[in-house]
Amino acid sequence: MELTLGLAGAAVALASASGLLGFAFERPAAQRIAAASMGTGAACAFAAAGRAFASGVPATMTFAGWLGGATLRLDGLSALFLLPVFAIGALASLYGVGYYPVAELRGKARRWQLFHGVAIAGMGLLLLADDALVFLVAWEAMALASFALVLVEDERAEAQRAAFVYLAATHVATLALFGLFALLARPSGSFSFASLAGELPGSPWLLALLGLGFGVKAGAMPLHFWLPDAHAAAPSHVSALLSGVVLKMGVYGLLRLSGLLETPASWGWVVLAAGATSALLGVVFALAQHDLKRLLAYHSVENIGIILMGVGLALLGRTYGEGALVALGLGGAIFHVLNHATFKSLLFFGAGAVQHATGSRQLDRLGGLARRMPVTALCFLVGAAAISGLPPLNGFASELLLYLGFGRALLGRSAIAFAGLAAAALALVGGLAAACFAKAFGVIFLGSPRGPAAAEAHEAKATMRLSMAILAAACALLGLFPSLIRGALRSAVLAWDRRPGAPPAAWAAPSAALGWLGVVGPLLLAAALLAWAIRRAAGRAPSPTVATWGCGYPAPTPRMQYTSSSFADLLLRALPWPIVRHERSELSAAPFPARGSFSSHAEDPVLDVGLAAAAHAFGAGARQLRRAQRPSLHANVLVLLLVLVSLLAWRLRW
Amino acid sequence: MIPVALALAHAALALLWPPLLLGLIGRVKARLAGRVGPPLVQPYRDLRKLLQKGSVYSRTTSWLFRAGPVVGLAAVLCALLILPVGGRPGPLSFPGDFVALVYLLGVARFFTVLAALDTGSSFEGMGAAREVTFSSLAEPGLFFCLLALGRMASGWSLSRMISLAPASPGAGPALVLVGVALLVIALAENARIPVDDPATHLELTMIHEVMVLDHGGPDLALISYGAALKLFVFLALIAGLALPPGLVDPGLRLVAFAALTAALAVAIGLVESLMARLRLVNVPQLLVGAAVLSGFGLILVLR
Repeated sequence: MELTLGLAGAAVALASASGLLGFAFERPAAQRIAAASMGTGAACAFAAAGRAFASGVPATMTFAGWLGGATLRLDGLSALFLLPVFAIGALASLYGVGYYPVAELRGKARRWQLFHGVAIAGMGLLLLADDALVFLVAWEAMALASFALVLVEDERAEAQRAAFVYLAATHVATLALFGLFALLARPSGSFSFASLAGELPGSPWLLALLGLGFGVKAGAMPLHFWLPDAHAAAPSHVSALLSGVVLKMGVYGLLRLSGLLETPASWGWVVLAAGATSALLGVVFALAQHDLKRLLAYHSVENIGIILMGVGLALLGRTYGEGALVALGLGGAIFHVLNHATFKSLLFFGAGAVQHATGSRQLDRLGGLARRMPVTALCFLVGAAAISGLPPLNGFASELLLYLGFGRALLGRSAIAFAGLAAAALALVGGLAAACFAKAFGVIFLGSPRGPAAAEAHEAKATMRLSMAILAAACALLGLFPSLIRGALRSAVLAWDRRPGAPPAAWAAPSAALGWLGVVGPLLLAAALLAWAIRRAAGRAPSPTVATWGCGYPAPTPRMQYTSSSFADLLLRALPWPIVRHERSELSAAPFPARGSFSSHAEDPVLDVGLAAAAHAFGAGARQLRRAQRPSLHANVLVLLLVLVSLLAWRLRW
Repeated sequence: MIPVALALAHAALALLWPPLLLGLIGRVKARLAGRVGPPLVQPYRDLRKLLQKGSVYSRTTSWLFRAGPVVGLAAVLCALLILPVGGRPGPLSFPGDFVALVYLLGVARFFTVLAALDTGSSFEGMGAAREVTFSSLAEPGLFFCLLALGRMASGWSLSRMISLAPASPGAGPALVLVGVALLVIALAENARIPVDDPATHLELTMIHEVMVLDHGGPDLALISYGAALKLFVFLALIAGLALPPGLVDPGLRLVAFAALTAALAVAIGLVESLMARLRLVNVPQLLVGAAVLSGFGLILVLR
């Protein structure tokens, strides 16, 4: 038991050491040693998690003198979250050796190393925390380190704005969490999680604070507003960390606290509805993007939505006493946490490789990169298929558990049966995600290059290729043989509900489904081999190579290819959702048309339309107020006096 | 002996019967247009001819262009393993397999679309954009249908859903709604009139056909065979629901099932002869209509 926590502690220490080492020495060797230290930390974390899964009893340790009795604890749920944190941390370090070489970038690379290490260590500590104070300290370490990571390239205005918005958002979240824990700790007077268990404060404020605190961090719609800018502006391995891991800490917090508290039925419905909204709107906004990293960022909103749908289902299952729903919803959600960490980090790594090679994230300037970057293209394809939920990859495995959960709900009593309708929303999200990634992959990697940068692209460096290949292999392995992760998922699902006397989740249903998936994947591969054999046997006749047939048009150019905008146009027009798109078109319809231009841009409805406008209005109001204040000193003193008197009067009435 | 014969008949029906349905549709259309039409076995002859030919490849294309037809066919073959045929459960049948079936068709579509984009032709990009638009809008309707069937049958393996749903008490009205919605979705997913016109000669108006414009020879054979199998998957779902419950002899059930799929093919031929293609902007309304119908069906059984 000490060994389990000792290994986890060693992982946290190695992550911090990696950061300090990489910051202290401006040498390529130090960067490599820092990456190795992070890798060793990941090995320790995996060992600790493995021991936690195997033992079934949580490992706990209390430090009496620290923060009024700081408690660390590692159970199945936190152990499962440790896996992506340290795996992605180590792979991002490895990727950084090629993508962010200290020999070229000097101070920037050193700062990145430091805050990368701090962020990973903070998240490790967050997962180990078993009392609110340690939790908040770790939470803040993670939040501030992520802010510094977004701002690593601090000379870019885009990064400055994104980092500021992120800082504001994350502090609103922290403030909400302070309020939440203060409310929760009031009855017992203790901040330890164990003493919170089973309390039922029953205040609607609690749900609001919990939703705000963890919803902002997780990036659930409409609290996602900080996310697209931060992910797009940060360097790609930082985006991978933010999207793959940091968002998941919001999910972890939600799971941890909802496992401790009695939850009314309304919580399940709220989380389910929030999840469905995030998933649908996230994917629709992703479709409207032309910037590869913004597109991926909106897909994070979508995937967090899918995860929240599972969490909502589990909460409903607990309220209505359906153990199978808890197991399927929670199992699917937690599995999707793991899967999203693998494929989204992979896709951001791929985006980084593309940006590195071409200097552009604009989809409509790329094209034909599959020829020049074959390894990146293949890895990105695996990630794209996985995030679209296509078999035999891992995205399908976790979504299948959720579908089964919704199916099970649909057969239940009438109240809960309506939760099953969410399956149709999930289906629509799946279809739209596949459309969006067909667009992204097709426009970036297929066809002809749309510009000189894309035509002269180069393949990513060896360490970048290696970290992408590892993640792609993980996507395939988890999809083809999901039984590999069955024990870990079971342990995490069973560790969730910590209320006294809670019934255990019925694990049989997800377990069987994971077994069947292990049959579908290999069968699909076998079918592909068969079809390939038919194709090979048939194609004996000569096969000449010519230009693409232009339907008789003699002078096609690469610019006539479908772009990301034109690909998504029909779909976006068909959807009734509120996408604010600004289109500027200068096309003449004259018989001899002059040069024309067309541009379109999709704004974020919350940040650009809502919050930015509100902030401007607030600023204007404040300016008005200041003008009113300026005229004379006497008037100001009078106002002060009046306020003072009225405050005194108010006080004296009690 | 008899189980082996039935299994062989099942396999033959799933693998060899589908091109005949295409021949049947063509024949019906030709007859209604006053022509004699090609023989029923013409699709088989086309496949054999294509398999013997060489392919012409574009300089723009990469390995994905060649992988597209192979993966597309493989995914549909895998879906056939899940599909119940003539009251016999699919060889691969497990709770939740209906999701796998829909997503396998999604795999086929994803790779066909990528192969189309690989040519760099704006026509194929256009077809690909239309394909993903209409298929993703068809998805909720399809799932409403399947969810309603699962609720009626109280189980989530496709074979159970198809065989038990019609027998559940009070299923009649919901079943009609689901059947109609499935037929509309089948027309949309298989690029038939009123969504797409497989016989058109103008690239600008096509969806599926324009996506595979640059494929030829064996590649086109794999695509055409895959398309026939996909049509069969959808018709088999509807035919399975319409199979008379009183018929217990497994052999007779297979025969009745084959006849029902043929009747559905004739119905598609009739629809194609009697209707015009919808304008592209109106197709989403048709698909939303199908989703609403099947959604009503689901709510009927949820009461």
